Amino acid sequence: MLSEQVKERPVAAALEAHDPSALTGGIYEFGELTLSIDPAKIVSTCEFLKRAENFLRLSAVTALDWYPLEPRFEIVYQLHSLERNERLRLKCKISGENPEIDSVYSVWRGADWYEREVFDLFGVKFRNHPNLIRILMPEGWEGHPLRKDYPIHGYKYSYPNE
Amino acid sequence: MSESKVLGAGATLEAEIEAGFDQSPPHHKLMTLNMGPQHPSTHGVLRILLELDGETIIKAMPDIGYLHTGIEKQCEGKTYQQVVPLTDRVDYLANLSNNLCYVLAVEKLLGMEIPPQAQWMRVMLTELTRISSHVVWLGTHALDIGAMTVFFYCFRERENILRIFEMFSGQRLMTSYFRIGGLALEPPRGWEKVVGKFINGFDANVDQYESLLNSNPIWIRRTQGVGFVPLETMLDLGVTGPMIRAAGVAWDIRKSEPYSSYEKFDFRIPTMPDNDVWARYRVRIEELRESCKIVKQALAGMPGGAWQAESPKVVLPQREKMKTQMEALIYHFKIVTEGFRVPAGEVYQVIESPRGEIGYYVVSDGTAKPYRVHMRTPSFGNLQVLPDMVQGRLIADTIAGLGSMDFVLGDTDR
Repeated sequence: MLSEQVKERPVAAALEAHDPSALTGGIYEFGELTLSIDPAKIVSTCEFLKRAENFLRLSAVTALDWYPLEPRFEIVYQLHSLERNERLRLKCKISGENPEIDSVYSVWRGADWYEREVFDLFGVKFRNHPNLIRILMPEGWEGHPLRKDYPIHGYKYSYPNE
Repeated sequence: MSESKVLGAGATLEAEIEAGFDQSPPHHKLMTLNMGPQHPSTHGVLRILLELDGETIIKAMPDIGYLHTGIEKQCEGKTYQQVVPLTDRVDYLANLSNNLCYVLAVEKLLGMEIPPQAQWMRVMLTELTRISSHVVWLGTHALDIGAMTVFFYCFRERENILRIFEMFSGQRLMTSYFRIGGLALEPPRGWEKVVGKFINGFDANVDQYESLLNSNPIWIRRTQGVGFVPLETMLDLGVTGPMIRAAGVAWDIRKSEPYSSYEKFDFRIPTMPDNDVWARYRVRIEELRESCKIVKQALAGMPGGAWQAESPKVVLPQREKMKTQMEALIYHFKIVTEGFRVPAGEVYQVIESPRGEIGYYVVSDGTAKPYRVHMRTPSFGNLQVLPDMVQGRLIADTIAGLGSMDFVLGDTDR
Protein backbone atom coordinates (compact mmCIF):
# COMPACT_ATOMS: atom_id res chain seq x y z
CA MET A 1 0.00 0.00 0.00
CA LEU A 2 2.84 2.37 0.78
CA SER A 3 4.74 3.63 -2.21
CA GLU A 4 8.40 2.68 -2.63
CA GLN A 5 9.41 6.28 -2.08
CA VAL A 6 7.75 6.35 1.32
CA LYS A 7 9.09 2.93 2.30
CA GLU A 8 12.62 4.17 1.69
CA ARG A 9 12.25 6.68 4.49
CA PRO A 10 13.62 5.15 7.70
CA VAL A 11 10.83 6.59 9.88
CA ALA A 12 8.10 5.08 7.75
CA ALA A 13 9.86 1.72 7.72
CA ALA A 14 10.34 1.78 11.49
CA LEU A 15 6.72 2.70 12.09
CA GLU A 16 5.51 -0.03 9.78
CA ALA A 17 7.67 -2.56 11.57
CA HIS A 18 6.40 -1.35 14.94
CA ASP A 19 2.68 -1.33 14.23
CA PRO A 20 1.57 -1.97 10.64
CA SER A 21 -2.10 -1.41 11.48
CA ALA A 22 -1.49 2.18 12.61
CA LEU A 23 -0.06 3.32 9.29
CA THR A 24 -2.73 3.72 6.65
CA GLY A 25 -0.84 5.56 3.95
CA GLY A 26 1.90 7.99 3.17
CA ILE A 27 3.27 10.40 0.65
CA TYR A 28 6.71 11.90 0.08
CA GLU A 29 6.54 15.23 -1.69
CA PHE A 30 8.69 18.39 -1.77
CA GLY A 31 11.15 16.57 0.50
CA GLU A 32 8.49 16.28 3.19
CA LEU A 33 7.14 13.01 4.50
CA THR A 34 3.46 12.75 5.38
CA LEU A 35 2.10 9.64 7.05
CA SER A 36 -1.56 8.88 7.53
CA ILE A 37 -2.30 7.37 10.91
CA ASP A 38 -5.33 5.53 12.20
CA PRO A 39 -6.94 8.04 14.63
CA ALA A 40 -7.43 5.34 17.25
CA LYS A 41 -3.67 4.73 17.29
CA ILE A 42 -2.44 8.32 17.35
CA VAL A 43 -1.25 8.40 20.96
CA SER A 44 0.62 5.09 20.81
CA THR A 45 2.18 6.10 17.47
CA CYS A 46 3.33 9.44 18.84
CA GLU A 47 4.73 7.73 21.94
CA PHE A 48 6.70 5.36 19.74
CA LEU A 49 7.99 8.18 17.52
CA LYS A 50 9.08 10.22 20.53
CA ARG A 51 10.69 7.38 22.44
CA ALA A 52 12.26 5.24 19.72
CA GLU A 53 12.63 7.66 16.82
CA ASN A 54 13.73 10.76 18.69
CA PHE A 55 10.96 13.10 17.61
CA LEU A 56 11.27 15.11 20.81
CA ARG A 57 9.53 18.22 19.54
CA LEU A 58 6.00 18.78 18.41
CA SER A 59 6.19 21.79 16.15
CA ALA A 60 2.47 22.36 15.64
CA VAL A 61 -0.95 20.78 15.55
CA THR A 62 -3.58 22.01 13.17
CA ALA A 63 -6.53 20.77 11.18
CA LEU A 64 -7.97 20.79 7.69
CA ASP A 65 -11.66 20.91 6.90
CA TRP A 66 -12.63 19.04 3.73
CA TYR A 67 -16.30 19.98 3.92
CA PRO A 68 -18.53 18.56 2.40
CA LEU A 69 -16.39 15.44 2.00
CA GLU A 70 -16.46 12.71 4.59
CA PRO A 71 -14.40 11.99 6.71
CA ARG A 72 -14.48 15.73 7.06
CA PHE A 73 -11.56 16.72 9.29
CA GLU A 74 -7.90 15.97 9.07
CA ILE A 75 -5.80 16.61 12.16
CA VAL A 76 -2.24 17.47 11.18
CA TYR A 77 0.73 17.00 13.51
CA GLN A 78 4.07 18.56 12.56
CA LEU A 79 6.84 16.64 14.30
CA HIS A 80 10.47 17.60 14.45
CA SER A 81 13.58 15.82 15.57
CA LEU A 82 16.50 18.04 16.51
CA GLU A 83 18.91 15.15 16.64
CA ARG A 84 18.07 13.73 13.22
CA ASN A 85 17.35 17.16 11.75
CA GLU A 86 14.21 15.75 10.23
CA ARG A 87 10.58 16.69 10.02
CA LEU A 88 7.56 14.47 9.79
CA ARG A 89 3.88 15.18 9.29
CA LEU A 90 1.19 12.91 10.69
CA LYS A 91 -2.41 13.09 9.55
CA CYS A 92 -5.53 11.58 11.03
CA LYS A 93 -8.86 11.62 9.25
CA ILE A 94 -11.88 11.94 11.49
CA SER A 95 -15.56 12.17 10.81
CA GLY A 96 -17.49 15.43 10.74
CA GLU A 97 -20.22 13.97 12.93
CA ASN A 98 -19.19 14.76 16.48
CA PRO A 99 -15.45 14.98 15.71
CA GLU A 100 -13.27 13.54 18.45
CA ILE A 101 -9.70 12.34 18.77
CA ASP A 102 -7.35 11.43 21.61
CA SER A 103 -5.14 14.22 22.87
CA VAL A 104 -1.37 13.85 22.54
CA TYR A 105 -0.85 16.05 25.60
CA SER A 106 0.46 13.03 27.48
CA VAL A 107 3.26 12.70 24.90
CA TRP A 108 4.20 16.36 24.38
CA ARG A 109 2.99 19.00 26.81
CA GLY A 110 3.40 21.51 23.99
CA ALA A 111 0.27 20.08 22.37
CA ASP A 112 -1.82 21.87 25.01
CA TRP A 113 -2.42 25.21 23.29
CA TYR A 114 -2.37 23.82 19.77
CA GLU A 115 -5.15 21.38 20.55
CA ARG A 116 -7.11 24.09 22.27
CA GLU A 117 -6.72 26.19 19.14
CA VAL A 118 -8.03 23.38 16.92
CA PHE A 119 -10.91 22.87 19.34
CA ASP A 120 -11.65 26.59 19.27
CA LEU A 121 -11.45 27.15 15.53
CA PHE A 122 -12.60 23.77 14.17
CA GLY A 123 -14.69 22.33 16.98
CA VAL A 124 -12.76 19.09 17.20
CA LYS A 125 -12.81 17.58 20.71
CA PHE A 126 -9.64 16.15 22.18
CA ARG A 127 -10.23 13.37 24.66
CA ASN A 128 -8.12 13.48 27.85
CA HIS A 129 -7.03 17.06 27.29
CA PRO A 130 -6.54 18.70 30.71
CA ASN A 131 -8.06 22.08 29.90
CA LEU A 132 -10.06 22.04 26.69
CA ILE A 133 -11.50 25.56 26.52
CA ARG A 134 -11.48 28.24 23.82
CA ILE A 135 -8.17 30.01 23.43
CA LEU A 136 -8.42 32.66 20.69
CA MET A 137 -12.13 33.37 20.38
CA PRO A 138 -14.04 34.85 23.33
CA GLU A 139 -15.78 32.59 25.79
CA GLY A 140 -19.29 31.80 24.72
CA TRP A 141 -18.63 32.37 21.03
CA GLU A 142 -20.96 30.48 18.76
CA GLY A 143 -19.52 28.38 15.97
CA HIS A 144 -16.01 27.52 14.90
CA PRO A 145 -14.59 30.11 12.49
CA LEU A 146 -12.12 28.03 10.49
CA ARG A 147 -14.74 25.54 9.38
CA LYS A 148 -15.41 25.88 5.68
CA ASP A 149 -19.15 26.31 6.21
CA TYR A 150 -18.56 29.29 8.52
CA PRO A 151 -19.01 32.52 6.53
CA ILE A 152 -16.04 34.88 6.54
CA HIS A 153 -18.11 37.70 8.09
CA GLY A 154 -19.53 35.45 10.77
CA TYR A 155 -23.18 34.63 11.38
CA LYS A 156 -24.09 37.51 13.61
CA TYR A 157 -24.11 40.54 11.37
CA SER A 158 -25.79 41.22 8.08
CA TYR A 159 -24.44 43.72 5.62
CA PRO A 160 -26.76 45.86 3.48
CA ASN A 161 -25.06 45.01 0.20
CA GLU A 162 -25.17 41.24 0.58
CA MET B 1 -9.87 29.76 71.15
CA SER B 2 -6.38 28.86 72.17
CA GLU B 3 -4.69 30.43 75.12
CA SER B 4 -2.07 32.38 73.20
CA LYS B 5 -4.60 34.25 71.08
CA VAL B 6 -6.44 35.80 74.04
CA LEU B 7 -5.09 39.24 74.70
CA GLY B 8 -6.05 41.20 77.73
CA ALA B 9 -4.66 42.95 80.70
CA GLY B 10 -1.31 41.58 81.61
CA ALA B 11 -0.38 40.43 78.09
CA THR B 12 3.12 41.49 77.12
CA LEU B 13 3.88 43.76 74.20
CA GLU B 14 5.78 40.91 72.51
CA ALA B 15 2.71 38.73 72.62
CA GLU B 16 0.58 41.49 71.16
CA ILE B 17 2.98 42.02 68.28
CA GLU B 18 3.10 38.31 67.68
CA ALA B 19 -0.65 38.13 67.49
CA GLY B 20 -0.71 41.07 65.09
CA PHE B 21 1.64 39.34 62.71
CA ASP B 22 -0.10 36.02 62.99
CA GLN B 23 0.33 34.21 59.69
CA SER B 24 -1.78 31.16 60.40
CA PRO B 25 -5.23 30.70 58.83
CA PRO B 26 -7.72 32.43 58.65
CA HIS B 27 -5.56 35.56 58.13
CA HIS B 28 -3.48 33.84 55.50
CA LYS B 29 -5.24 34.06 52.16
CA LEU B 30 -4.30 33.69 48.53
CA MET B 31 -4.92 36.68 46.33
CA THR B 32 -5.92 36.53 42.69
CA LEU B 33 -4.46 39.33 40.65
CA ASN B 34 -5.40 40.20 37.11
CA MET B 35 -2.32 41.35 35.20
CA GLY B 36 -3.15 42.85 31.84
CA PRO B 37 -4.50 42.93 29.19
CA GLN B 38 -3.40 46.58 29.38
CA HIS B 39 -0.39 46.16 31.63
CA PRO B 40 2.59 48.01 30.11
CA SER B 41 5.07 45.22 30.65
CA THR B 42 3.00 42.60 28.87
CA HIS B 43 3.87 44.39 25.61
CA GLY B 44 0.47 44.17 24.08
CA VAL B 45 -2.74 42.59 25.15
CA LEU B 46 -1.63 39.59 27.15
CA ARG B 47 -3.67 38.87 30.24
CA ILE B 48 -2.27 36.74 33.03
CA LEU B 49 -4.28 35.59 36.00
CA LEU B 50 -1.91 35.33 38.94
CA GLU B 51 -2.66 33.54 42.14
CA LEU B 52 -0.45 35.09 44.78
CA ASP B 53 0.67 34.11 48.22
CA GLY B 54 2.14 37.37 49.40
CA GLU B 55 4.55 38.18 46.59
CA THR B 56 5.06 34.61 45.50
CA ILE B 57 3.20 33.33 42.49
CA ILE B 58 1.36 30.09 43.15
CA LYS B 59 -0.28 29.79 39.79
CA ALA B 60 -0.12 31.76 36.54
CA MET B 61 -2.70 31.35 33.82
CA PRO B 62 -2.00 33.22 30.60
CA ASP B 63 -5.07 34.25 28.65
CA ILE B 64 -4.53 35.14 25.00
CA GLY B 65 -6.77 35.93 22.07
CA TYR B 66 -7.35 39.65 22.58
CA LEU B 67 -5.65 40.41 19.29
CA HIS B 68 -7.16 37.58 17.27
CA THR B 69 -8.00 38.97 13.86
CA GLY B 70 -8.74 35.76 11.98
CA ILE B 71 -5.85 36.12 9.56
CA GLU B 72 -5.88 32.41 8.73
CA LYS B 73 -9.54 32.63 7.78
CA GLN B 74 -8.95 35.74 5.69
CA CYS B 75 -6.15 33.99 3.79
CA GLU B 76 -8.63 31.45 2.47
CA GLY B 77 -10.58 34.19 0.71
CA LYS B 78 -7.61 35.85 -1.02
CA THR B 79 -5.45 34.92 -3.97
CA TYR B 80 -1.93 33.71 -3.24
CA GLN B 81 -0.29 37.06 -3.91
CA GLN B 82 -2.91 38.94 -1.85
CA VAL B 83 -1.98 36.94 1.24
CA VAL B 84 1.48 38.57 1.44
CA PRO B 85 0.25 41.85 3.04
CA LEU B 86 -1.68 39.80 5.62
CA THR B 87 1.49 38.04 6.70
CA ASP B 88 2.97 41.43 7.59
CA ARG B 89 0.30 41.87 10.22
CA VAL B 90 1.07 38.59 11.95
CA ASP B 91 4.30 39.62 13.61
CA TYR B 92 4.49 43.36 13.23
CA LEU B 93 8.06 43.56 14.50
CA ALA B 94 9.37 40.96 12.07
CA ASN B 95 7.16 41.47 9.06
CA LEU B 96 9.76 40.56 6.46
CA SER B 97 10.44 37.21 8.15
CA ASN B 98 6.76 36.38 7.83
CA ASN B 99 6.69 37.54 4.21
CA LEU B 100 9.69 35.36 3.50
CA CYS B 101 8.29 32.23 5.09
CA TYR B 102 5.03 32.50 3.21
CA VAL B 103 6.56 33.21 -0.19
CA LEU B 104 9.07 30.38 0.25
CA ALA B 105 6.21 27.98 0.98
CA VAL B 106 4.26 29.00 -2.13
CA GLU B 107 7.39 29.00 -4.28
CA LYS B 108 8.07 25.45 -3.12
CA LEU B 109 4.55 24.44 -4.22
CA LEU B 110 5.08 26.14 -7.57
CA GLY B 111 8.57 24.68 -7.99
CA MET B 112 10.02 28.10 -8.70
CA GLU B 113 13.65 29.10 -9.03
CA ILE B 114 14.45 32.46 -7.52
CA PRO B 115 17.34 34.47 -9.00
CA PRO B 116 20.38 34.91 -6.73
CA GLN B 117 20.02 38.65 -6.28
CA ALA B 118 16.51 38.26 -4.92
CA GLN B 119 17.65 35.50 -2.56
CA TRP B 120 20.54 37.56 -1.23
CA MET B 121 18.40 40.63 -0.92
CA ARG B 122 15.90 38.58 1.09
CA VAL B 123 18.67 37.40 3.39
CA MET B 124 19.98 40.92 3.88
CA LEU B 125 16.59 42.42 4.63
CA THR B 126 15.48 39.64 6.98
CA GLU B 127 18.71 40.09 8.91
CA LEU B 128 18.00 43.81 9.16
CA THR B 129 14.57 42.80 10.42
CA ARG B 130 16.21 40.61 13.03
CA ILE B 131 18.37 43.53 14.14
CA SER B 132 15.39 45.87 14.35
CA SER B 133 13.32 43.31 16.25
CA HIS B 134 16.12 42.58 18.69
CA VAL B 135 16.80 46.24 19.40
CA VAL B 136 13.12 46.83 20.10
CA TRP B 137 13.21 43.86 22.43
CA LEU B 138 16.35 45.10 24.16
CA GLY B 139 15.03 48.62 24.59
CA THR B 140 11.64 47.66 25.97
CA HIS B 141 13.02 44.86 28.12
CA ALA B 142 15.57 47.20 29.67
CA LEU B 143 12.80 49.76 30.19
CA ASP B 144 10.75 47.15 32.07
CA ILE B 145 13.64 46.42 34.37
CA GLY B 146 14.37 50.10 34.92
CA ALA B 147 17.20 51.03 32.59
CA MET B 148 15.70 53.80 30.54
CA THR B 149 18.60 55.09 28.45
CA VAL B 150 19.02 51.89 26.45
CA PHE B 151 15.56 52.40 25.01
CA PHE B 152 16.53 55.70 23.34
CA TYR B 153 19.69 54.27 21.80
CA CYS B 154 17.83 51.21 20.54
CA PHE B 155 15.07 53.21 18.90
CA ARG B 156 17.67 55.41 17.22
CA GLU B 157 18.97 52.33 15.36
CA ARG B 158 15.49 51.02 14.69
CA GLU B 159 14.58 54.32 13.06
CA ASN B 160 17.52 53.94 10.69
CA ILE B 161 16.44 50.42 9.74
CA LEU B 162 12.87 51.58 9.16
CA ARG B 163 14.23 54.27 6.87
CA ILE B 164 16.05 51.58 4.91
CA PHE B 165 12.81 49.61 4.64
CA GLU B 166 11.01 52.70 3.47
CA MET B 167 13.66 53.24 0.84
CA PHE B 168 13.21 49.70 -0.48
CA SER B 169 9.47 49.25 -0.29
CA GLY B 170 7.90 52.63 0.39
CA GLN B 171 6.68 51.41 3.76
CA ARG B 172 8.29 51.55 7.17
CA LEU B 173 6.44 48.75 8.95
CA MET B 174 4.12 46.79 6.70
CA THR B 175 6.63 46.36 3.93
CA SER B 176 5.25 43.39 1.92
CA TYR B 177 8.50 43.62 0.01
CA PHE B 178 8.88 39.93 -0.80
CA ARG B 179 6.51 38.62 -3.40
CA ILE B 180 6.01 35.18 -4.83
CA GLY B 181 8.72 35.01 -7.46
CA GLY B 182 11.14 37.58 -6.06
CA LEU B 183 10.90 41.12 -4.79
CA ALA B 184 8.08 43.61 -5.11
CA LEU B 185 10.19 46.42 -6.54
CA GLU B 186 13.62 46.85 -8.00
CA PRO B 187 16.17 47.62 -5.27
CA PRO B 188 16.43 51.42 -5.12
CA ARG B 189 19.40 53.30 -6.50
CA GLY B 190 22.08 53.93 -3.91
CA TRP B 191 20.85 51.39 -1.38
CA GLU B 192 24.42 50.07 -0.89
CA LYS B 193 25.51 53.40 0.48
CA VAL B 194 22.66 53.71 2.97
CA VAL B 195 22.83 50.12 4.22
CA GLY B 196 26.65 50.27 4.32
CA LYS B 197 26.65 53.46 6.37
CA PHE B 198 24.24 51.96 8.87
CA ILE B 199 25.83 48.54 9.19
CA ASN B 200 29.44 49.75 9.43
CA GLY B 201 28.54 51.82 12.45
CA PHE B 202 26.34 49.20 14.03
CA ASP B 203 28.98 47.23 15.94
CA ALA B 204 29.84 50.39 17.85
CA ASN B 205 26.17 50.79 18.72
CA VAL B 206 26.03 47.28 20.17
CA ASP B 207 29.11 48.13 22.23
CA GLN B 208 27.20 51.11 23.49
CA TYR B 209 24.22 49.00 24.61
CA GLU B 210 26.56 46.60 26.32
CA SER B 211 28.44 49.36 28.10
CA LEU B 212 25.13 50.48 29.59
CA LEU B 213 24.05 47.05 30.80
CA ASN B 214 26.87 44.55 31.19
CA SER B 215 28.26 45.91 34.41
CA ASN B 216 25.09 47.57 35.64
CA PRO B 217 24.54 46.01 39.11
CA ILE B 218 20.75 46.43 38.99
CA TRP B 219 20.56 44.82 35.57
CA ILE B 220 22.73 41.92 36.72
CA ARG B 221 20.77 41.33 39.91
CA ARG B 222 17.45 41.46 38.10
CA THR B 223 18.48 39.07 35.31
CA GLN B 224 21.01 36.52 36.53
CA GLY B 225 19.38 33.34 37.81
CA VAL B 226 15.91 34.70 37.05
CA GLY B 227 13.43 32.96 34.79
CA PHE B 228 15.08 29.56 34.77
CA VAL B 229 13.19 26.69 33.12
CA PRO B 230 14.61 23.16 32.82
CA LEU B 231 15.71 22.27 29.30
CA GLU B 232 13.51 19.15 29.19
CA THR B 233 10.44 21.28 29.87
CA MET B 234 11.42 23.67 27.11
CA LEU B 235 11.83 20.87 24.57
CA ASP B 236 8.59 19.27 25.70
CA LEU B 237 6.75 22.54 25.20
CA GLY B 238 8.35 23.18 21.82
CA VAL B 239 10.20 26.38 22.69
CA THR B 240 12.32 27.75 19.85
CA GLY B 241 14.68 30.53 18.89
CA PRO B 242 16.91 32.53 21.24
CA MET B 243 15.07 31.00 24.23
CA ILE B 244 16.29 27.50 23.42
CA ARG B 245 19.74 28.73 22.39
CA ALA B 246 20.07 30.38 25.80
CA ALA B 247 19.47 26.90 27.24
CA GLY B 248 22.53 25.58 25.46
CA VAL B 249 20.97 24.01 22.36
CA ALA B 250 22.83 25.14 19.24
CA TRP B 251 19.85 24.88 16.93
CA ASP B 252 19.19 27.48 14.30
CA ILE B 253 17.03 26.77 11.26
CA ARG B 254 19.29 29.02 9.17
CA LYS B 255 22.00 26.39 9.69
CA SER B 256 20.05 23.16 10.07
CA GLU B 257 17.57 23.65 7.22
CA PRO B 258 19.04 26.51 5.19
CA TYR B 259 16.70 28.49 2.94
CA SER B 260 17.13 31.40 0.55
CA SER B 261 20.90 30.66 0.19
CA TYR B 262 21.77 31.07 3.89
CA GLU B 263 24.26 28.23 3.39
CA LYS B 264 26.51 30.69 1.54
CA PHE B 265 26.91 32.95 4.55
CA ASP B 266 29.41 32.59 7.32
CA PHE B 267 28.02 33.08 10.81
CA ARG B 268 27.87 31.14 14.05
CA ILE B 269 25.08 30.18 16.44
CA PRO B 270 25.57 31.90 19.80
CA THR B 271 24.54 29.79 22.79
CA MET B 272 24.64 30.17 26.56
CA PRO B 273 24.28 27.36 29.09
CA ASP B 274 22.56 29.21 31.96
CA ASN B 275 19.00 29.40 30.66
CA ASP B 276 18.07 32.54 32.58
CA VAL B 277 17.11 36.08 31.59
CA TRP B 278 20.76 37.09 31.48
CA ALA B 279 21.60 34.24 29.09
CA ARG B 280 18.76 35.27 26.77
CA TYR B 281 20.07 38.81 26.81
CA ARG B 282 23.59 37.63 25.96
CA VAL B 283 22.37 35.37 23.15
CA ARG B 284 20.38 38.18 21.54
CA ILE B 285 23.28 40.61 21.80
CA GLU B 286 25.53 38.06 20.10
CA GLU B 287 22.86 37.52 17.45
CA LEU B 288 22.88 41.24 16.74
CA ARG B 289 26.59 40.98 15.97
CA GLU B 290 26.11 37.84 13.84
CA SER B 291 23.30 39.47 11.86
CA CYS B 292 25.53 42.47 11.35
CA LYS B 293 28.17 40.10 9.92
CA ILE B 294 25.63 38.55 7.54
CA VAL B 295 24.45 41.94 6.28
CA LYS B 296 28.06 42.96 5.64
CA GLN B 297 28.66 39.77 3.66
CA ALA B 298 25.49 40.33 1.65
CA LEU B 299 26.57 43.87 0.97
CA ALA B 300 30.00 42.78 -0.22
CA GLY B 301 28.87 39.91 -2.40
CA MET B 302 25.46 40.96 -3.67
CA PRO B 303 25.00 39.25 -7.05
CA GLY B 304 23.65 41.28 -9.92
CA GLY B 305 21.08 40.34 -12.49
CA ALA B 306 17.40 39.68 -12.19
CA TRP B 307 15.47 40.33 -9.01
CA GLN B 308 12.35 38.49 -10.12
CA ALA B 309 11.90 34.99 -11.50
CA GLU B 310 11.23 34.46 -15.21
CA SER B 311 7.69 33.27 -14.75
CA PRO B 312 5.19 35.50 -16.55
CA LYS B 313 2.14 33.62 -15.24
CA VAL B 314 3.06 34.34 -11.63
CA VAL B 315 5.18 37.49 -11.55
CA LEU B 316 3.57 40.77 -12.51
CA PRO B 317 5.22 42.26 -15.62
CA GLN B 318 7.19 45.47 -15.43
CA ARG B 319 5.20 48.60 -16.07
CA GLU B 320 7.12 49.45 -19.22
CA LYS B 321 6.60 45.98 -20.69
CA MET B 322 2.95 46.09 -19.84
CA LYS B 323 2.51 49.33 -21.76
CA THR B 324 4.32 48.09 -24.87
CA GLN B 325 3.72 44.35 -25.17
CA MET B 326 0.37 42.66 -25.70
CA GLU B 327 1.25 39.43 -23.85
CA ALA B 328 2.54 41.27 -20.83
CA LEU B 329 -0.73 43.19 -20.70
CA ILE B 330 -2.74 39.95 -20.86
CA TYR B 331 -0.67 38.33 -18.12
CA HIS B 332 -1.03 41.44 -15.98
CA PHE B 333 -4.78 41.37 -16.42
CA LYS B 334 -4.99 37.64 -15.62
CA ILE B 335 -2.83 37.89 -12.48
CA VAL B 336 -4.64 40.93 -11.13
CA THR B 337 -8.17 39.72 -11.80
CA GLU B 338 -7.96 36.02 -11.00
CA GLY B 339 -4.51 35.27 -9.64
CA PHE B 340 -2.60 32.18 -10.64
CA ARG B 341 -3.29 28.53 -9.99
CA VAL B 342 -1.01 26.61 -7.69
CA PRO B 343 -0.75 22.82 -8.16
CA ALA B 344 -2.47 20.79 -5.45
CA GLY B 345 -0.22 19.79 -2.60
CA GLU B 346 0.91 20.82 0.82
CA VAL B 347 4.07 22.30 2.23
CA TYR B 348 5.36 23.09 5.70
CA GLN B 349 8.05 25.73 5.35
CA VAL B 350 10.02 26.74 8.40
CA ILE B 351 12.40 29.64 8.84
CA GLU B 352 14.20 31.22 11.76
CA SER B 353 12.52 34.46 12.75
CA PRO B 354 13.92 36.78 15.44
CA ARG B 355 11.70 34.96 17.92
CA GLY B 356 12.17 31.38 16.78
CA GLU B 357 10.61 28.95 14.38
CA ILE B 358 7.98 30.28 12.00
CA GLY B 359 6.22 27.53 10.11
CA TYR B 360 3.76 28.17 7.29
CA TYR B 361 1.66 25.17 6.41
CA VAL B 362 0.14 25.98 3.04
CA VAL B 363 -2.35 23.59 1.49
CA SER B 364 -3.41 24.06 -2.11
CA ASP B 365 -6.35 22.39 -3.81
CA GLY B 366 -5.29 23.50 -7.27
CA THR B 367 -7.21 26.78 -7.35
CA ALA B 368 -6.00 30.37 -7.21
CA LYS B 369 -6.72 30.71 -3.50
CA PRO B 370 -4.98 28.81 -0.72
CA TYR B 371 -7.17 26.09 0.77
CA ARG B 372 -5.60 26.55 4.17
CA VAL B 373 -2.73 28.58 5.59
CA HIS B 374 -1.68 27.66 9.09
CA MET B 375 0.87 29.84 10.78
CA ARG B 376 2.98 28.18 13.40
CA THR B 377 4.18 31.28 15.14
CA PRO B 378 7.12 31.37 17.55
CA SER B 379 5.40 33.57 20.15
CA PHE B 380 2.49 31.14 20.49
CA GLY B 381 4.84 28.22 21.08
CA ASN B 382 7.13 30.12 23.43
CA LEU B 383 4.41 31.68 25.56
CA GLN B 384 3.28 28.25 26.76
CA VAL B 385 6.37 28.09 28.93
CA LEU B 386 5.27 31.11 30.98
CA PRO B 387 3.58 29.24 33.89
CA ASP B 388 6.65 27.04 34.31
CA MET B 389 8.87 30.09 34.32
CA VAL B 390 7.07 32.17 36.93
CA GLN B 391 5.31 29.75 39.27
CA GLY B 392 6.96 29.68 42.67
CA ARG B 393 8.92 32.87 41.99
CA LEU B 394 8.41 36.48 42.98
CA ILE B 395 6.03 38.74 41.10
CA ALA B 396 8.82 41.16 40.19
CA ASP B 397 10.63 38.34 38.40
CA THR B 398 7.56 37.82 36.23
CA ILE B 399 8.26 41.13 34.55
CA ALA B 400 11.85 40.16 33.82
CA GLY B 401 10.84 36.68 32.69
CA LEU B 402 8.05 37.94 30.45
CA GLY B 403 10.37 40.45 28.84
CA SER B 404 13.02 37.84 28.18
CA MET B 405 10.60 35.73 26.15
CA ASP B 406 10.27 38.43 23.50
CA PHE B 407 6.78 37.63 22.31
CA VAL B 408 4.56 39.70 20.08
CA LEU B 409 0.86 39.39 20.75
CA GLY B 410 -0.05 39.79 17.10
CA ASP B 411 2.12 36.78 16.48
CA THR B 412 0.43 34.81 19.24
CA ASP B 413 -3.17 35.57 18.37
CA ARG B 414 -2.96 36.01 14.60
